Amino acid sequence: MKDFIIPWDDRDMGTPAKTGAAVTLTIDGFDITVPEGTSVMRAAAEAGISVPKLCATDSVEAFGSCRLCVVEIEGRRGTPASCTTPVAPGMVVHTQSSKVRKIRKGVMELYISDHPLDCLTCAANGDCELQDMAGAVGLRDVRYEPGRNHFEQRAVVGDNPEYIPADCSNPYFTYDPQKCIVCSRCVRACEEVQGTFALTIEGRGFDSRVKAGMAGDDFLSSDCVSCGACVQACPTATLQEKSVIELGTPDRSVVTTCAYCGVGCSFKAEMQGDQLVRMVPHKQGKANRGHSCVKGRFAWGYATHKERILHPMIRDSIEEPWREVSWDEAIGFAANRMRGLQEKYGRRSVGVITSSRCTNEETFLVQKLTRAVFGNNNTDTCARVCHSPTGYGLGQTFGTSAGTQDFDSVEHTDVVIIIGANPTDGHPVFASRLKKRLRAGAKLIVIDPRRTNMVKSAHIKAAHHLALRPGTNVAVVTALAHVIVTEGLADEQYIRERCDWDEFREYAEFVSDPRHAPEAVEELTGVPAAELRAAARLFATGGNGAIYYGLGVTEHSQGSTTVIGIANLAMMTGNVGRTGVGVNPLRGQNNVQGSCDMGSFPHELPGYRHVKLPEVRAIFENAWGVAIDPEPGLRIPNMLDAAVDGSFKGLYCQGEDILQSDPDTKHVAAGLAAMECVIVHDLFLNETANYAHVFLPGSTFLEKNGTFTNAERRINMVRKVMAPMNGYEDWEVTQMLANAMGAGWTYTHPSQIMAEIAATTPSFAGVTYDKIEAMGSVQWPCNDANPDGTPLMHVDGFVRGKGRFIVTEYVPTLEKTGPRFPLLLTTGRILSQYNVGAQTRRTANVVWHDQDVLEIHPHDAETRGVKDGDFIKLASRSGEITLRAQITDRVSPGVVYTTFHHPDTQANVVTTDFSDWATNCPEYKVTAVQVSPSNGPTDWQEEYAEQAARSRRIQAAE
Amino acid sequence: MSPEKMIMMANQIATFFHSQPGADQAQRVADHLNDFWDPRMRRQLARLMEDGSTGFDPLVTAAFPLVRVPVE
Repeated sequence: MKDFIIPWDDRDMGTPAKTGAAVTLTIDGFDITVPEGTSVMRAAAEAGISVPKLCATDSVEAFGSCRLCVVEIEGRRGTPASCTTPVAPGMVVHTQSSKVRKIRKGVMELYISDHPLDCLTCAANGDCELQDMAGAVGLRDVRYEPGRNHFEQRAVVGDNPEYIPADCSNPYFTYDPQKCIVCSRCVRACEEVQGTFALTIEGRGFDSRVKAGMAGDDFLSSDCVSCGACVQACPTATLQEKSVIELGTPDRSVVTTCAYCGVGCSFKAEMQGDQLVRMVPHKQGKANRGHSCVKGRFAWGYATHKERILHPMIRDSIEEPWREVSWDEAIGFAANRMRGLQEKYGRRSVGVITSSRCTNEETFLVQKLTRAVFGNNNTDTCARVCHSPTGYGLGQTFGTSAGTQDFDSVEHTDVVIIIGANPTDGHPVFASRLKKRLRAGAKLIVIDPRRTNMVKSAHIKAAHHLALRPGTNVAVVTALAHVIVTEGLADEQYIRERCDWDEFREYAEFVSDPRHAPEAVEELTGVPAAELRAAARLFATGGNGAIYYGLGVTEHSQGSTTVIGIANLAMMTGNVGRTGVGVNPLRGQNNVQGSCDMGSFPHELPGYRHVKLPEVRAIFENAWGVAIDPEPGLRIPNMLDAAVDGSFKGLYCQGEDILQSDPDTKHVAAGLAAMECVIVHDLFLNETANYAHVFLPGSTFLEKNGTFTNAERRINMVRKVMAPMNGYEDWEVTQMLANAMGAGWTYTHPSQIMAEIAATTPSFAGVTYDKIEAMGSVQWPCNDANPDGTPLMHVDGFVRGKGRFIVTEYVPTLEKTGPRFPLLLTTGRILSQYNVGAQTRRTANVVWHDQDVLEIHPHDAETRGVKDGDFIKLASRSGEITLRAQITDRVSPGVVYTTFHHPDTQANVVTTDFSDWATNCPEYKVTAVQVSPSNGPTDWQEEYAEQAARSRRIQAAE
Repeated sequence: MSPEKMIMMANQIATFFHSQPGADQAQRVADHLNDFWDPRMRRQLARLMEDGSTGFDPLVTAAFPLVRVPVE
């Protein structure tokens, strides 16, 4: 965009930055020093000189096709393209000689001769590089006669038979060949930035066209994943956001942080007034480096969806319809009920669930509400059901619950293990960065029951795919350690320096036992021993080794043990404490890291400090002027059990839909139904709200100030780009509730809450809004020792002192297959939908995924008489649902897979109540099931739909 | 929660610490319960122990005297 006032330098430097020895050259009489390997074009840009260009952009390597950027270099023949010519010491470059000016004018004249001249009504008017370059080279005339073309709809007489209409199949952007100058920027962005290889140029000469997918494909049916990289790279209106076509060009932009996954991409929200026109990935964003995925880039329409609830509502019982009331009445009603419950049933009879979608400041206030106002520690967050084993496992081994690296680290990795994660779907921008590294030669080991896209897709292939049986992670990880230890591949020097040597010796003795050998566990895990041995050798000897893992590790009855096993693997191979290595939990939601940091767990205060420690309680008792309960509170599953038992009666649930996202739906529903005051604070009447007595409307990430912390511990700014449609930012609503219960809080801006966090939490001691504004983002720990934050953890030693090896004995889950339930169900997510789908289902993303389907292997389908697309019944010991089958060999025989994005499927009716031994993180990833043909929804699904519809009634205002 | 579920959860914890080297497994099970179970859960555990419920891993039984059971 031109004419934008934005806080960072956003210029397009033409070609990517390089690192290397300094080289000095002269451009138009100015001396400039740049790293070796830099293009002449970029060197000129560094000197403030813009060389005209069309096919070059700094997100992709130079291509040299447009010939607009030609320059003269003294001592060289001809006019080389500045984008493809590297600098050399002493080089003397002229960018504006009469010779190159003439060439450029001729080139532009040719481009314009095959381009429509409808600039005034073009969607890219004012934001078109072709337009800019025609101006920059001074093109005043096109001497070519109009002739045959593909861009005019009508010829002199009748329709133009060669006219090619736009492809509008993608819900978010159009491909209009009329405007295409065949610069190949889109094709290169799809390859280099996104790594999908969906685009190509077909035809030759005047017939050259951008093509998505195979013959007969359009953009929607092709492999395109709608990341937007091509749209971003396009210099004209050829690939254009539909929102810009509809609304026009934006006039201001605000840098903010995406509210979807834990990658935490920076975006520019481009606005007209308070109308959001588009979200564009921010080049200076250190997590995403200018890239995006379909969710962050395009799926923001939920923010203004008609189903958003904007007025508070209350009701005496969940049998009644909702009644819209004023904020005062709703807050007063909620406060009275919660106080009443505490008087009747005791101090510990109420609690909160903080949101991993809300800001750090909002989360901090919600846990403060329960600790300082309710007077107990009954606070938990959705991390309970995703990464709580990471907190336990990494806390025990390394001393703190955090990923060790920043995302840039992947560019220096030689061998990657991905275990129980599906980054192309769950963390797409990180996946693109990883795929780029793999194409450059890094090796990959995938440990996953499914053949994910990381195992094999365009131009990448895993060296080893260990397709284990769900539930055998610990056996596989321990067998990897067995190979490394028994074959003498452990890094003894590193272990002696960094870790507790005696504990390692005990551990080594444990894993060396022949019962942990790959051959011994092959039958159990289903992983061929030779393959497992080869993978272990590769990881131990292949250079910088990094482990990335997801919920396929944590959501098991031995989730914490697997996290410990992963930490053991990293320590024994010397892979913690420098760039290119590390242990990296891929966080699910945008602020899972932050909500954990902020003391959302019932056993620890902000900064991962146990509530039993008097010196920690004293900090908060002094700051808040209240006594802090020294006993740990209830975790989410414990809250539900206690509710059924009658000792837990009231819940304030901010931005989380436990009824849909938590396992064993019937048990969750029974718990909620047993409570006497459920306060749901959300954007929509979610499934949990079916059991709520108070509904407090929430605000979107576009409507508030605050910070999110991503999977790299990076604290990113969230900036308010429009006023909250519901009237209040979420932290204000929590403050109103707290004050109605006598808290006396007086925050007027989230920066004051961050100041309180910094004052009470050592790892945040140096964090201020001013610092984040100045640096763009900061990674904790940020304190006197690390005033600019900490990109890499455990560099000079582990946080806890010596790294600790812990024995990881495999224990089979209690969830067993048998004659009635012979298959194993594992669950996950897909690219276009997010978590419970409350946001993404309210966007055009439903074109890619409008229902949950069950992936089943052809053999298992055939023996059950199930055909592709059939309705099937999926039954477990917990319940049964129906959904459609998708037959695929992505899953192994004996394993089936589905997602949990749609409430009318309710995959969690089927999942069980089993959980991780240490943290109660539910075992979503292993459920014994049976599949059989079906005619339609189960009784449960029909009853649920009826109850939900009844519960969502809103009484007309009188 | 149901007695069966509580016994299962306690036994899961004991199973992990069984596998750990050293002689302080009972203490470590008790520490885990004290650190992560809220008072009402520990009170329920105490009731089950006092009622002589069967099915507990012997390590849970050994750990129980070390578990703090808050009265309120």
